[in-house]
Amino acid sequence: MKTSLSWLRDYVELPASLTAAELDQTLTDLGMEVESVVDQAATVLGDLVVGKVLEIEELTGFKKPIRFCRVDVGRSDPQEIVCGATNFAVGDLVVVILPGGELPGGFKIGARKTYGRNSHGMICSVRELGIGDDHAGILVLPPDAAAPGTDARPVVGLDDVLVEVEITPDRGYEMSLRGMARELSYAYESAYTDPALLDAPGRTAEPPYPVQVDDTVGCDRFAARVVRGIDPDAQSPAWMKKRLAAAGIRAISLPVDITNYLMVELGQPMHVFDLGRLRGGLVVRRATPGEKLTTLDGVARVLDAEDMVICDETGPISLAAVMGGETSEWQPGTVDVLLEAAHWDAVMVGRTARRHRLFSEAAKRWERGVDPQLPLVALRRAVEILTEYAGGEVDERVLDIDHLVPQAPIQLDPGLPSRRIGLAYSEDEVAGLLAKVGCRVAGTWEVTPPSWRPDLLAPADLVEEVARLGGYNDIPSVLPLAPGGGGLTATQRRRRSVGRALAENGYVEVLSYPFVAPSVHDAFGLATDDLRRSAVRLTNPLSEEEPQLRTSLLATLLGTLRRNLGRGLRDLALYEMGEVFLPQAVDTPPPVLGVDRRPSDEDWTAANALVPHQPWHVAAVLTGEFDPAGWWGEGRAAMWGDAVEAARTALSAAGVPSGQVSVRAADHAPWHPGRCAAILVDEQIIGYAGELHPGVLSALELPKRVCAVELDLDAVPPREVVEAGRLTTYPPALIDVALVVPSDVPAAEVERALVAGAGSLLESVRLFDVYASEQLGEGMRSLAYKLTFRAPDRTLTVEEAVAARDAAVAAAASSTGAVLRGA
Amino acid sequence: MSYRNDPYDPKQAALLDPSALDAAVAEAQKAFEQAADLDALGALKPAHLGDRSPVSLARREIGSLPPAAKSDAGKRVNLARQAVQSAFDTRLVELELERAARVLVEERVDVTLPWDRRPRGARHPLTTLMEHMADLFIGIGYEIVDGPELELEWVNFDALNIGPDNAVRGAMDTFYVDLPGLVMRTHTSPGQVRTMLTRTPPIYVVSPGRAYRSDELDATHSPVFHQIEGLVVDEGITMAHLRGTLDHFARAMFGPDAKTRWRPHYFPFTEPSAEFDVWFEQHRDGPRWVEWGGCGMVNPRVLTACGIDPERYSGFAFGMGVERTLMFRNGVSDMREMVEGDARFTRTFGMEV
Repeated sequence: MKTSLSWLRDYVELPASLTAAELDQTLTDLGMEVESVVDQAATVLGDLVVGKVLEIEELTGFKKPIRFCRVDVGRSDPQEIVCGATNFAVGDLVVVILPGGELPGGFKIGARKTYGRNSHGMICSVRELGIGDDHAGILVLPPDAAAPGTDARPVVGLDDVLVEVEITPDRGYEMSLRGMARELSYAYESAYTDPALLDAPGRTAEPPYPVQVDDTVGCDRFAARVVRGIDPDAQSPAWMKKRLAAAGIRAISLPVDITNYLMVELGQPMHVFDLGRLRGGLVVRRATPGEKLTTLDGVARVLDAEDMVICDETGPISLAAVMGGETSEWQPGTVDVLLEAAHWDAVMVGRTARRHRLFSEAAKRWERGVDPQLPLVALRRAVEILTEYAGGEVDERVLDIDHLVPQAPIQLDPGLPSRRIGLAYSEDEVAGLLAKVGCRVAGTWEVTPPSWRPDLLAPADLVEEVARLGGYNDIPSVLPLAPGGGGLTATQRRRRSVGRALAENGYVEVLSYPFVAPSVHDAFGLATDDLRRSAVRLTNPLSEEEPQLRTSLLATLLGTLRRNLGRGLRDLALYEMGEVFLPQAVDTPPPVLGVDRRPSDEDWTAANALVPHQPWHVAAVLTGEFDPAGWWGEGRAAMWGDAVEAARTALSAAGVPSGQVSVRAADHAPWHPGRCAAILVDEQIIGYAGELHPGVLSALELPKRVCAVELDLDAVPPREVVEAGRLTTYPPALIDVALVVPSDVPAAEVERALVAGAGSLLESVRLFDVYASEQLGEGMRSLAYKLTFRAPDRTLTVEEAVAARDAAVAAAASSTGAVLRGA
Repeated sequence: MSYRNDPYDPKQAALLDPSALDAAVAEAQKAFEQAADLDALGALKPAHLGDRSPVSLARREIGSLPPAAKSDAGKRVNLARQAVQSAFDTRLVELELERAARVLVEERVDVTLPWDRRPRGARHPLTTLMEHMADLFIGIGYEIVDGPELELEWVNFDALNIGPDNAVRGAMDTFYVDLPGLVMRTHTSPGQVRTMLTRTPPIYVVSPGRAYRSDELDATHSPVFHQIEGLVVDEGITMAHLRGTLDHFARAMFGPDAKTRWRPHYFPFTEPSAEFDVWFEQHRDGPRWVEWGGCGMVNPRVLTACGIDPERYSGFAFGMGVERTLMFRNGVSDMREMVEGDARFTRTFGMEV
């Protein structure tokens, strides 16, 4: 909503000294979001004066005509100014900015030498003054505009304050001068003149034109008047053009300008038909699907069954409430007009506007709600202004098809505002504030909102008006006391711990958008039936290239890794935590859940069953050196083991004891089939870690040997309460064993067998050496373990320790074929 | 031959002579004092305290003395020996201290050499900021609720009084998917709806998390962003409680001088509604009001849709953008830096924000 301060002052008394900043604050406090408040006088700084051209000397020898002028600017000596325009003559009045001034856009004016002459200031064009786009020449003022030397700002219209505010969707009435001025009158407690408060002729027995309304839901009021024989060449008065310009509306013709002017002033959108082009009576109805109409913007539109149209015998001639049609609209030469002011259903207009992407000024107002009591007033004003400037004969008949349903009163508990606001309002104060916004308050606290407030429907809406006019910033500040909370949930604590543990181990957290291209599944080498391919797809993605929601974090994290590499980073360890989206097999719509009560448990459960599973994953990727080189020596490149260790770190932070975690060789895309570890908790796979498949890396244009891990955090079982156990102070017995096993026997299996065989005396086992040699033979390797035994109640004898060791080795031998070296 | 039972021979007992003992002591003291290091001192020890040292030999001579003289001589020898030992010990302590000091000097290293053998990682500031905010609410008895990002349309819109004709439900604002009845949540309020549907008041929760709106990425907008939204439903809740909560939160986040300022606004899910600014003392361009979020009293229709009696209970809700907070609080000038995943951006913040 755009307007000017001088226009507002027509309806509301405002302080003469009101500054732009004060106006901004007042509008903000009233709930209007201020886009801008521009004091036009302040857009040009310094001396901007009317000048009279006394002499023109044409300078030659330049690429374009240049004039050296002497201009009377009301000083003792004429001002000498060089000018590049030629559209003026000696004796013309022009606008001059003197040295020291500044034009819009920070264009500073000084005295300077140009084209060989000294120029003291500048003669301005319309565009340079910021009041229009004309830059064909300089602005030549009418001969009697003002005396040389007077301030040129009022002369050129730079004397107003332009206001642009954003109106919230509930307050349609503020989309008018009538509404904005009313609001300002609350703030300044000043006199307000309602431009709609006038008597307008009512419906006559005979209509001026036959109209039939078939759908009184879409159109609950339709009023019209007729004026014949207007002067088709009549121009809109300057004041109206200026105000329309302030409202951001282009002047078109007197009849159209009047309807636009009244739309901005009163808030009532109107339409002018050329009576001579209408064929037969008008019918207001829903469109039949597929019906066509070419709107004023030249677009041929196919109509929907929900659209409302105004038709004559030829069919639809106007897309009701949104935009007129080409065949019936006022056009140059029109002498007989039918002025229409109706009241349309807000929901219908909103849908039509969105359906046809026609967000006209009229549609914006209808959607927010228009005062249904305006049509006759608006018609009276339109007829008056039209005949004043274009003559013509007014048809005294008035059409008014009125199916308005009276607004239901709201039963208000007068104590409710105080209880909701937390500030005591007496009943008198509540009644007073509601009356201020136009409500009628009956003695029994039946509150009837004014016709322009269709947004006031429930007691809470009235509470807002009391709080708003009472002053939001007068509401006291009281911290409520919550009952004791339970702190973070186990899941929330776990996510924090995992993130912190990874960061403390060198990983840097990044966040990536969860949108992926389907081609990533091919790059990952996923099998055609891999579930990760059946991703949820956005129907309106930002980029058609990336319409799917990720089913793994790596699908987006590897892209982030590539971006970092592209920016010159080399050694990277990144992690991300977030949701992945795993679609359900079903795609039936959820049950319809109402809003007038809580959904039934069955419906709520059924609806939730359709929400795709969205587990929290954690993933990390590594490339370059994980341990950097330095003055201490060589660095170490990131390797599969780092990824596996990251998984263990994450699980440890998640509270999973290491004994519940196991690692198994796996073959799972996108990992390297020989360097992929399945990570298990309690024998359930919860993710994978290792080096990525070389083919995947090449397809994704990533360096060789990138390693990665991804775990389903939600699949990790909850941490159980840890039993402390007793520490023993008896001494340990340490025994090393070296076992020779076939190279394809996983170390983890050997260790598992040792642990199982050693029994309860085993305190810890640690693999400290792995090697292969000719001596051991082809396909064999030696695994050396340090076994620590300890008893809780005694010092172990050598015999006991050796027996436990032998049992461990025997278990390893039987399950993995391990042979004790040197045995 | 003298008489065997009378072995006293003043010549043989020369070492017991007081002056001889004094001389031995003096010599030992001098020798020890001149020992340059512990090795030299050690080397001197046998000569002055060993079996063949003057004081040791003197002790042997005691046997040759007549009984009456023995006691006296014994005392003398003991004193002498103690003096020598004491001289030795004194010097030993001196030299040991010297050596310890020398070792400390010799072992000096350049402690400014880097030892970043495992560079530290870092947590994303949006994560740590959300945790910080969540902790402040945990501290006043709230709980943190989560919810799915791909959400039921009913939960995201209808239950929050965002009717089917509200413009925000259009494809210009909301991401839709190829599953009917589901949207990418446009705010984190669905977490609150789920809470109201599954719990009974009193409810004091905040829901931090990710939300989606179909905006193009630019310096101030991101289609994927983070919010923290709060909800309180209890008996007797007023706008004053909302203000008190926001003021408390503002002070906890931005210091004791922080406060909030309200502007009337419209949200379908609250009535009355307001947008609010926070007074931010540490702004890099000087103290000022900064737009922070939206708030209001929960619309009774929302309570009704969630099965809470609006006659008995009232509530308030508020929400603010986490990216926006990070932008003014930490001087991040471009939204894109937060979402692009550049490791350098995260590293700027380390483990805390």
